[in-house]
Amino acid sequence: MSSVGIDKLAVSTPPEIGRRIRGLSDRAIAWIFVAPTIVLLLAINIFPLIWTIRLSFTNFRVNRPNEVVKWVGLANYENILTDPDVWHTMQATAHFLFWTLFFQILIGFSLAWLINRKFKGSDLWTTIIVLPMMLSPAVVGNFWTFLYQPQIGLFNYAVALVTGVDASSFTMIGNVNLAPWAIVIVDTWMWTPFVMLICLAGLRSIPDSIYEAAECDRASNWRQFWTITIPMVLPFLMLAVLFRGIENFKMFDLVTLLTGGGPGDTTLVTSINLKREAFEKWRTGYASAYAVILFVTIYGLASIYVKALNRVKQR
Amino acid sequence: MSNTVTDPTPTQKWFAGILVAIYAIVTLLPLLWIIATGFKTPADSIAYPPKVAFQPTLEGYVNLFTTRTRQTPEFMAANPPHTWYERIVAQYDMSIVGPSRFGSRFLNSIIIGFGSTFLSVFLGTLAAYGFSRFKVPLKDDLLFFILSTRMMPPIAVAIPIFLMYRAVGLSDTHAGMILLYTAVNLSMSVWLLKGFIDEIPVEYEEAALIDGYTRFQAFRKVVLPQAATGIASTAIFCLIFAWNEYAFAVLLTSGQAQTAPPFIPTIIGVGGQDWPAVAAGATLFLLPVMIFTIFLRKHLLRGITFGAVRK
Repeated sequence: MSSVGIDKLAVSTPPEIGRRIRGLSDRAIAWIFVAPTIVLLLAINIFPLIWTIRLSFTNFRVNRPNEVVKWVGLANYENILTDPDVWHTMQATAHFLFWTLFFQILIGFSLAWLINRKFKGSDLWTTIIVLPMMLSPAVVGNFWTFLYQPQIGLFNYAVALVTGVDASSFTMIGNVNLAPWAIVIVDTWMWTPFVMLICLAGLRSIPDSIYEAAECDRASNWRQFWTITIPMVLPFLMLAVLFRGIENFKMFDLVTLLTGGGPGDTTLVTSINLKREAFEKWRTGYASAYAVILFVTIYGLASIYVKALNRVKQR
Repeated sequence: MSNTVTDPTPTQKWFAGILVAIYAIVTLLPLLWIIATGFKTPADSIAYPPKVAFQPTLEGYVNLFTTRTRQTPEFMAANPPHTWYERIVAQYDMSIVGPSRFGSRFLNSIIIGFGSTFLSVFLGTLAAYGFSRFKVPLKDDLLFFILSTRMMPPIAVAIPIFLMYRAVGLSDTHAGMILLYTAVNLSMSVWLLKGFIDEIPVEYEEAALIDGYTRFQAFRKVVLPQAATGIASTAIFCLIFAWNEYAFAVLLTSGQAQTAPPFIPTIIGVGGQDWPAVAAGATLFLLPVMIFTIFLRKHLLRGITFGAVRK
């Protein structure tokens, strides 16, 4: 029997008949397939989230199990939102987010645009460029501290070679002004390939015929770039920003290993601050409120953003 | 189609090729530096200017896998080294007192990585099939809920999971970490696999059903073979995530179930961090992922974006 025959047969036979005979209804089978996943996610994501919300209204401390837990209402939230230190960490996070996104979009898009020329060996170079983002951020962060060492590090040596500054005269991760940039550099090194891949997919999705039509209309390259390339890639770029934005908002591993939030607290992003409150100061209730605020912020911003993204897509 | 108006000129191709190659080489340098440092002596690793040409040694690897203690010259004379690694260590009047913890941490990474990968792909395939083929009530909401679990900062859920695991005795155990990583990976697994299964025509299964197969048989004998490549690449993405994860590992494990990422930064030598040993550990740890990346390059985009973007 040819495959066309099978197809026709399958379409013309009402599928319910075959199924009802064999006991389990489709609905039951669907639940057998889907339920384990939902149950596990409820147990390990939703249950802890609800627990976090509950703890956020108390003054519970993990390291003092004998203390009476008091219901403090919204006091934790109030303390967090009025604490200038918390706002400072928000600022550090915003700084980190803005510059990593800026550089990653700029370099990532440029690279994709170049790779899209389909020159010889572009596959090999692309594979090499993509390597960093597949590596463990913790191990990468740890090793970059070595590259950033003032006396012996490769990074300082390279900068000295190019600019002529004395290599031992500056420390990337020990200097209040340079430390935030040290993190931005490593994050850009690691995640630019991610943006590049998404942009490349975007560029490849543009049909050649549009450019050919533009060429017939004698549109300049510059004009083609701004009226065809950019608008067609925009939804992809926005998706890249969404993914990177969420990831970098909750960034923990790279920053912990590179600077641990220091020097002072210049690179104290929210995740590290939260870890200190929860697992070093053991202010569990306070940290829970902090976690809820962070989650609501990410979730809220992401939802608004996805709405905007859909509008761009539909255009 | 060649010779269309949109094709780049040879000069443009050359120019683009050179720029991309320069970026790729700059990207690769830190990685090559890690690998090279693993084969240096501690003195060479901190030489200034950085040493490009050096006498390779396996000292870093020996240090990574062993712990050593300083011995008196008499002891060293009385107990001559037997193996090549003992000889390397003996050069510093030291002898091996036992294995370091790197081996067991690496093994933990393998157990937890593969365990959680198996579970998340298994559950993910079932769920993806369910979502792809059946009318599940609240389907879109459930799918979005699954995706949104990825938005939570790990630290935010770590507090109650820490309490929960302590209460049921799952803290610092392989089983606990496997369950946790499975839950984290499920969002990616379900979304990716749903994309792959959606692409398999429903008619194949309907034909199988008419031939007298049950739903489960049709799933096993028709859908699974068709989705095999998708399942394999999903598995590698799950493995890479579990392999690289740091935040949960550092907060929830302390000894028994600690994986390599929290361990490698703690390798301390005589005067601060033992960089050749750290580099050796990093190299061993990064190597599998580098190899997978080369294999995966066709599926890469789909995997890292949960299938939201297809090339």
